[in-house]
Formats: sequence, C-alpha cells, structure tokens
Amino acid sequence: MSTPLLDATGLVKRFGALVANDHVDLRVMPGEAHALLGENGAGKSTLVKMLYGLLQPDAGHIAWEGRPVHLPEPRAARRLGIGMVFQHFSLFDNLTVAENVALALDAAEPVPRIAARLAEVSRAYGLPLEPGREVWRLSVGERQRIEIVRCLMQDPRLLILDEPTSVLTPQESEGLFVTLDRIRAEGRAVLYISHKLEEVRRLCETATILRHGRVVARTDPRAETAGSLARMMVGSEVAALRHAAAPPEGPVRLSVRGLSVAAEDPHGVGLKDISLDLRRGEVLGIAGVAGNGQEALFAALSGEVLAPRAEQILLDGDAVGRADINARRRKGAAFVPEERLGHAAAPRLALSDNALVSGHAASGMVRHGMLDRGRMLGWVDAVTQAFDVRKGPRDPEARALSGGNLQKFVVGREVLRKPGLLVVSQPTWGVDAGAAGLIRLALLDLAREGSAVLVISQDLDELLEMADRIAVLFHGRLSPAEPVAGLTREAIGLRMGGAA
Amino acid sequence: MRRLVLERRMETPWALTLASPLLAVGLTLVSAVLVFLAMGRDPLEALFVYFVMPVSDLWGLQEVAVKATPLVLIAVGLALCYRSNNWNIGAEGQFLMGAMAGGWLAVATHGMGAGAWVLPAMLAMGALGGALFALIPALLKTRFGANEILTSLMLVYVAELLLDWLVRGPWRDPQGFNMPQTVVFAPEATIPLLMEGGRLNLGTPIMLLVVVLVALMVARTLKGFEITLVGEAPRAARFAGFDAKRLTWTVFAIAGGLAGLAGVLEAAGTVRMLQPGLSPGYGFTAIIVAFLGRLNPVGCLVAGVFLAITFIGGENAQIMMQMPLDVTRVFQGLLLFYVLGCDTLLLYRVRWVRRAEA
Amino acid sequence: MTLFEAILLTVITASTPLLIAAIGELVVERSGVLNLGVEGMMIMGAAVGIAAAITTGSSAFGVLAAVLAGMAMAALFALLTLGLATNQVAAGLALAIFGLGLSGVVGAPFVGVQREGIGQVAIPYLSDIPFLGPVLFAQDPFVYAAFALVAGVSWFLFRTRAGLVLRACGENHASAHALGHHVLRVRFLAVLFGGACAGLAGAYLSLVYTPFWTSGMTAGRGWIALAIVVFASWLPWRAAVGAYLFGGATILQLHAQSAGVPLPTQLLAAMPYLITILVLVLIMRLRRGGVAGPQSLGQPFVPDR
Repeated sequence: MSTPLLDATGLVKRFGALVANDHVDLRVMPGEAHALLGENGAGKSTLVKMLYGLLQPDAGHIAWEGRPVHLPEPRAARRLGIGMVFQHFSLFDNLTVAENVALALDAAEPVPRIAARLAEVSRAYGLPLEPGREVWRLSVGERQRIEIVRCLMQDPRLLILDEPTSVLTPQESEGLFVTLDRIRAEGRAVLYISHKLEEVRRLCETATILRHGRVVARTDPRAETAGSLARMMVGSEVAALRHAAAPPEGPVRLSVRGLSVAAEDPHGVGLKDISLDLRRGEVLGIAGVAGNGQEALFAALSGEVLAPRAEQILLDGDAVGRADINARRRKGAAFVPEERLGHAAAPRLALSDNALVSGHAASGMVRHGMLDRGRMLGWVDAVTQAFDVRKGPRDPEARALSGGNLQKFVVGREVLRKPGLLVVSQPTWGVDAGAAGLIRLALLDLAREGSAVLVISQDLDELLEMADRIAVLFHGRLSPAEPVAGLTREAIGLRMGGAA
Repeated sequence: MRRLVLERRMETPWALTLASPLLAVGLTLVSAVLVFLAMGRDPLEALFVYFVMPVSDLWGLQEVAVKATPLVLIAVGLALCYRSNNWNIGAEGQFLMGAMAGGWLAVATHGMGAGAWVLPAMLAMGALGGALFALIPALLKTRFGANEILTSLMLVYVAELLLDWLVRGPWRDPQGFNMPQTVVFAPEATIPLLMEGGRLNLGTPIMLLVVVLVALMVARTLKGFEITLVGEAPRAARFAGFDAKRLTWTVFAIAGGLAGLAGVLEAAGTVRMLQPGLSPGYGFTAIIVAFLGRLNPVGCLVAGVFLAITFIGGENAQIMMQMPLDVTRVFQGLLLFYVLGCDTLLLYRVRWVRRAEA
Repeated sequence: MTLFEAILLTVITASTPLLIAAIGELVVERSGVLNLGVEGMMIMGAAVGIAAAITTGSSAFGVLAAVLAGMAMAALFALLTLGLATNQVAAGLALAIFGLGLSGVVGAPFVGVQREGIGQVAIPYLSDIPFLGPVLFAQDPFVYAAFALVAGVSWFLFRTRAGLVLRACGENHASAHALGHHVLRVRFLAVLFGGACAGLAGAYLSLVYTPFWTSGMTAGRGWIALAIVVFASWLPWRAAVGAYLFGGATILQLHAQSAGVPLPTQLLAAMPYLITILVLVLIMRLRRGGVAGPQSLGQPFVPDR
C-alpha cells in the first residue's frame, strides 16, 4: 500500500467543556475521493478546520505524505497543497471576483495578472467567471465557482469541500460533480463533507463517519445503502414521517394575491407578483435555493414588512396586508424565523424574556404595560415539557442552549399557542436528527388539528416528507403550488434553477 | 511567548456582574496611586483628599449629593439610550438647553413678584427644552440616517455658544458689572433648600424619585423590555413588533428631558443664575456614570455618588495640593477604560496561553 | 499677494489638521474599526508635541513626540477593542475623555509659553507659478505631508495587496480570518496609523496653527474629522475635498467676524458645527440605498481557538 497523502491520528479538539473531536483518525490516499459523513454537530467542520490550519488541535498528529507537519495557519496548509471550499463562503461582497481570488493567494501578484490566470483556469474547468464583477451581483452557484477556482489556481493536491451542495439546485449539484470528476482525473484527492448520502454514494470510494466527535465507521459507501449509512451516522433507526395521502379540502386560511415587495437590503431579492392559498389542515412547502426571496417572503407574511396594499394578504378572509406583526398574531397567526439567535431569540436574554418576544401581544404575559414574570416563567416550563427542551437551570440565557434545544424552544413557543396559521422558515436547519424529527412531527400534528402550516425550506427532502403541496421560489417569483404526489425531485429541481 | 485569548462564556455568573465594576474601581485606585507617585505626591494623602475627605462631614456629604444629582439624572436617561443602541453623547448640550429654557422663565419673571407657579413651570420648561433639543439628533437619525454620535456632539458646541451669547447679550444682568451672567434668580424661582448650612436642595429627592421610576420601568414594564430587546437583538425586536425608530424618539426624549431637568435644577438650585461655566462637564461625566452603573438605574445612582466624590475630591486636591483639575478627568477616563475592560469578563473567559511554536 | 490668495492660504492651513486626522481615521475604519477617540488622540498630540518642542527646543522632536503620543493612545484603544473585544463606541468615548484630561495635565506647565511656529518651506520653481505657486507650494511641511498622505493612502488601499487585505478585514472579518489573514494584527496596525495621524494633526495645531498651548485647543476638530470620513464615503480624495470644505467654512466665519458682519460672533463660531450636521444629513440623503461603509465596521472580532 502506498503512503497516504494525509494521515491524521488521534486529533482532539475541545471548546470549553465540549469535546468537538475526540481522538479522530482520518487517512486520505492520493487521488482518492473520501467522504466525511456525520450529522450536524458531529464534528466534521472542526476536523477540517484543523486540517486547514484554522484551528489548532489540543492533541494528535497530522502527517502529509508520511512526514509529520504542523499547520499554524491556512497559509501553511496551502503551501502543502491543501485547498478548501467553505460551506458559508469566505467571500467579500463588495470586492470583485479577481480581488477575492487575490486574497486567497499567498504570493503577491498584480490583480490584472490574477484576472488573466483566473480566466484561464475557469475556462479549463468549465467554470465561467467574470473577473471584474463584484461578488454581490453573482448567484450562489457563481459564488461557489469563485471558491473552487481560487483553490484550483493554487494547484492543490487535496481539495476539501464543506457541504458544497447545500446551497445548490440538484442540477447545479450535478454540474459540480462533473467538475469534481475532472479534478479527480488529474490525480487530485477530494475530501467531501456532506450529510447527503446519495451524493456520497455517487462520488466517493471511501467514507469516514463521525458521531458525537468520534469516528464510528470507515466504509466503502458504494457497498452500503443510504439507509445503512444513515444508521451509522445517527446511531439508530431513522423513522420516516408520512403526510396524509390526500390534500385536505378545508377552508382557505391564508391567501396572498399579487404581492410584490422590494428587497430591504440593496443586494437582496424582493418578491414579484406572489400568489398562494393555504387551507386549514394543510402543510404548504416553499422550496428554493437560498437567496431567492425567502427573507422577503417571511418578512411580508409575518408583517415585519408591510405589503403595499391591505387586500394583498388575507387571513381568514380579512385584509391584513397593512397590519403589523402583532395585529396578525392577535388574529391567530404565529411565526418562526430562520435565524434562531438574533431573530427568533435574543442570545443574552433569559428564555422567559424570549417567551415575551413573540408572546407579549397575545398571551396574557403583559397587563396594562406591566410584565407578569410568573406567567412568563410558566410559559417556559410548558414549552420545556412539551418539547423536551434540555437545559441546565430553569431559565437560562438563550445562547446557553444547544442549537437543537433552542430550535425546539422557538418552535414550541409558537406551536403551544395553537395558532391558526404558522409560518416557519428553515424549521430544522443545522439541528440534530432527534430534534428535527420532533419538530417535524409537531408541525404535522398542528396541521392535523386544523391549523394551516407554511414551511419555507431549502431542504427538499424535508419538504417532500412533510408538505401536502409544494411551490418553488425563484428570483422572487413563486410557482403554482402542486400536490406532492405528482412531483419528482427532478421537476422541483428544474424550477429551483429557474426552468419553467 | 504568551498571548491573550478570549473564550466565549455560555452563561454569565451573576456575582461577576457585581464584581466587574468593583474591580474597575479597584484598578482605578491602583492607577491613581501610580499617578500620584509619578507626580511626586504622597499617594496616601492624595487618596485621602480625593476619596475620603469629601464624605467625612455633613457639609461634604451634602456637596456629594448636590453633585451626584445632575450626574445621576443624566446618566439614568443615557442608560436608556445606550441600552437600546442609541448613542446620545450630547447630554451636555441638552443639560444647558434645559437650564436655558427654565432660566428664561426666571429671567422673564424677575422682579415681577410672580407666584409659586414659576418654579414648577421652570422645571417643566427645562425638561421640555432638553427633550426637544435631544429630538434633533433623533430626528436626523430616523429620518435621514445621520450618525447620532456626531450630530448630538456637534449640538453641544451649539448649545454652549448659545448660552454664551445669551448671558453676554440679551439676558445679561444690567447691574452685573458687565459680567457674563444673568440676574440672581428670585426666591420664587429658586429650588428650596432641604436644610440649613449646606446646598442640599429639593433636586436630590427628585433625582431619587426618577431613579425609582426608571428602575421600575426597566425591570417591570413592556416598554423597558422593548428598550432592552432593541439593544440586545434588533432583529428580534422587529420580530416582536417593536418600532425601533419610534423607540429612538422615546429614549432621546427621555434622556434629553432628564438632562434638561438636571440643567434647570442646577441653574435654579445650586448656581441660582445662568453663566457660561454652568456645567463642569456633567453631561460627559454622566456617560462614565452610565457605563459604571452597568446601564442600570440603581447602578447609576451608586456610580453617580462615586463620581461626585471624585469631582469634589478633585476640587479639594486643587486647593490643598495644587493638583490640576484635569487629573480628575484622567481618573474618570481611566475608570471608563477599566469598566469596559472588566465587562469583557462577563462575556468571555480571558486566558493567557502559550503561543503555538511556529 | 491678493486678499483672495491670502484667504485660500488660510483655508489650506485650517484644513490641514482636519485632513490629516481624517485620513488616519479613514484607514482605521476601512479595516473595520470605529475609533471615536480621534479628539483625544489629537489633543494629546498637541500637548505632548508642544511640551517636547519646548523642552528640547526642537520642533522636529516635538512632531515626533506628538506622533508617538497619538500612537500610544491608539495602542490603549486597540488593547481594549481588539485585545478585549469591548464596545468600540464606548471605548472611543473613553479615549476622548481620557485624552482631554491627560493633555491638560501634560500641558499645564506650558500654558502661556509662546514659541516660534514651524515656518513655510517654498518649493523651488513651483512656488514661482503665479497664483497657484504661493497658495500650494509655499506652505509649511505639514501641508505637503497631508497631500502626500492622501496620495499615499489612496495608492496603498487600492493598488497594493496589503491594502486589499486591509479592506477585506473591514468588509468581512470572518472570511478574512478563514483565508488565514491576521484580522486583529491588520486592525492593530491600522489603529496605530490612525493614532499617528491624529497625533500629527495635533502637533500641527500646537506647533504651527496657534503655536502655544491652551487646554481643549482641538475644539471638536477630532469629531469633525470623523464626520469628514462619513462625508467622504471612505475614499481618500473625497476626504480631501471634505476637509477643505470644512476648513473653508471655518475661515469664512473668521473673516466674517473680522469684517464686522452684523451677526453674533457666537452664531458665526457655531457655523462649523452646524455645517457638519447639515453635511451629514445631506450626504445620507444623497447616498440613500448606496454603500454604507465597510460592512464589518464597529463589530468586535474574536477568533475561535
């Protein structure tokens, strides 16, 4: 057997009391496509950050081509031939493509020469890019191209990709796989981080599986099924949810008619002529790649941003387009935004204060402008019990909770009020499988009891599992909602990429 | 080689929130000793003059209360601003504006033998004048997005120059030997003293009442929660349906109103006239008071008393030890540095670690 | 020399400290740090500058000491905001208050000491050009330094790799860190540069503009320099335009006072401050929907370890 390209042994990384990596071994052979699998929070990102010199291991060794190496900073990793494509891109919106590339190169090189080399590399790999464009003008797919091209310009021996398809349409992902095949054909190794099992089976010949910061298995993913890989990742059987067979026929609860809203952020995407109907007992899924107007849609439906005309949004037949978020709450609507910390909850405030964030308008926690602390605490206790929120003290600060537990709290805070309409964005983003299952079940139960539930999500599998009908948001326009039964992943994927 | 590393805390122990300002005060005292030594003074004597003498007799205690009154009044309002991320640093101007608005009534009714209504009316005018003046930066911020730090500060200079013009021009005391000052306010336009043999006046109980009211508002009302939430997490505040712009108006008006009230109390209670040097920088020192008090009304009360002691201590040191008054400002600046630095302990665990060998 | 030339000359001298301080702060803000303590650093530069010049008898030494004093103040600010990740607004205020106090202590022994200011240096040949020559090329060395700073900073920010890295740290510190750039080190150096510029601007005030020490002699110029950076949309050449506009306003009100314009002198003296407010409002109106400065401006950065 030849010398491994990269051989990490016994890597340990602690953050305070949390052991993010617990004696992790990883061996990547030259030219190999190696998958790093695991749930959110399993320690994948921590591991690759150590391999890229961004974090320093507390213990363990890294060897490159058989020689022990020390990686104090990314520059050292790049010098060895390690390139990295980040999950949340490391790009600068107000700088040009060429400047973004220059920032990732270690040798000082005049920007015009970089632009020329950039054009050459992007042509060779079929990844077209305009060097002079500012990044904020580019689509998500184009942004990822910058990340890949600037890695390739350093002629890497190992390319690390952290969840590269989480922001791409299925068709864009397919394009990425073709590029990766070409990169591998040149003898470069790929370390591919994902929790999408089908992709891993399509691309990789080796997989290392992490759970709770430990390596639990090494396997050839092509010899496994998606189900067996999932069992190794989660550690138990994954129960599949089933939505009702036939779409419900209840009365329309939420109706949107011809709604157009400009984006708040000058670089953002607004809404163009959106129409939809949502019935009692129904779960409507809004699919789409991030950055296609999801934020504007949530803001308009919740009332954080008012619609141009009142009759563009009807709640139980009443025109509420010009009513603010609390007026809509008083009419029985509830909302869960995408960002847990900072939007749904204030990180440094106690959970009881955070109960008040959405609860002050319509739940008896406030009388004559005075707070009823007893009721606020009672609400925290009720949510804790109903949603199995795990926390130390009775009323900790929001930032002290893990992602999954805080998400259970912010979803539970709304679901417990039995709202007639629930609008929820990315209900299980970055949440462990246990919490995700509990949250999805709660949303389905809510719909079964007669509420209308609108789920905005980039996770197509989640929508296919939960929704009765799915509509696709692209460049601020919403396709007609269609019953899930008649839809395929491919059909939705095409719409997510803008094809009719 | 070693270096400083910050580790985020998941939870702040409550004892630390109390210990952090005390630690800052302690560090300031240590620094003060070093400064005194550097200046060739006996540090023990200097510390005694600065921090002990002001509180060693009844007259001194009264002076402390008199100085603490404007500091605390202003700081409590500023605390509301800073809690909600509104950086009003123009309280000095709002203080002077309040003094001028209230003082106008005293000057206009002087010698007319007006009734007991004058004093309450002066206080109301003072609060109103300060509030309206504070609403200028609020308006410029919400309407045009102009940076309130710069606009509120620029208005301090404008208010100072306006006062200067008034007391040298239209409001100058005709019998004042051309001194730049107004007439000495008539008894009905003067805040009543609380006891003989001192300057303690009704302003101090008013200040204590304000502290209680604002403390209640912060801790127990929805409006107080709104102020806190807007500062802690602006997007969550919008999600809660709170209007950040309207809140900017509210907190600027309250802070300006309290600063204006402090101004008229100072003019009608302590100084009894308008003159250019009406404020020894109360509006700026109150910024330190607000932070030292952890933006909490009761904390501001404690911090205000402490800063008042340094004010008087500084004056004593100038008289008794020929120490420049600016030394007090140096201590105040240092204190704010230490307060901010110690606050880091609340959010982060600070550690020295050995730099990884490169 | 015509009256018009004389007025232009005084405008340039009144603008120079504003320009030097604003250019320094512009670099600081481009790196993502908001240092509101310009006033404090500037007045420390003025006090230490004149104290050193009088003590040693050398203006050059005074300038050097002023620059070092500004940098020391900036280092204090950096320790708090970069080392301890404190709130930059509050730390900047503390720096301003601290500087005003400490400068009073440092300058106290020198109150009322008059000394010769730093004279003009005429550039051969260029200063002989009619009109432009005496206005632009027969100035004191600080004026030339200010021109050089504008050109140099502009070149640095937009033509060098180090400048690109500095802008990247101000745009998105998390990304810059992920690429392996030393965000805190870059910011520290930027803050030091800002302190050096503020110190230099202070030295100009106490060694050239009014060559003696008075307490509080910066009179809000540090704050106006901050406003100029906003006005300039973080572009060096526009900062020069802004500084000359403000300098012009100051000089005009002085001339109006001496010409006996029938307005209270206090109103005229308030003009620079009122104009600052007006300009801030107008620039925000004009820029509605446009760029609003470096995106990480004022946010503390704490890297994971």
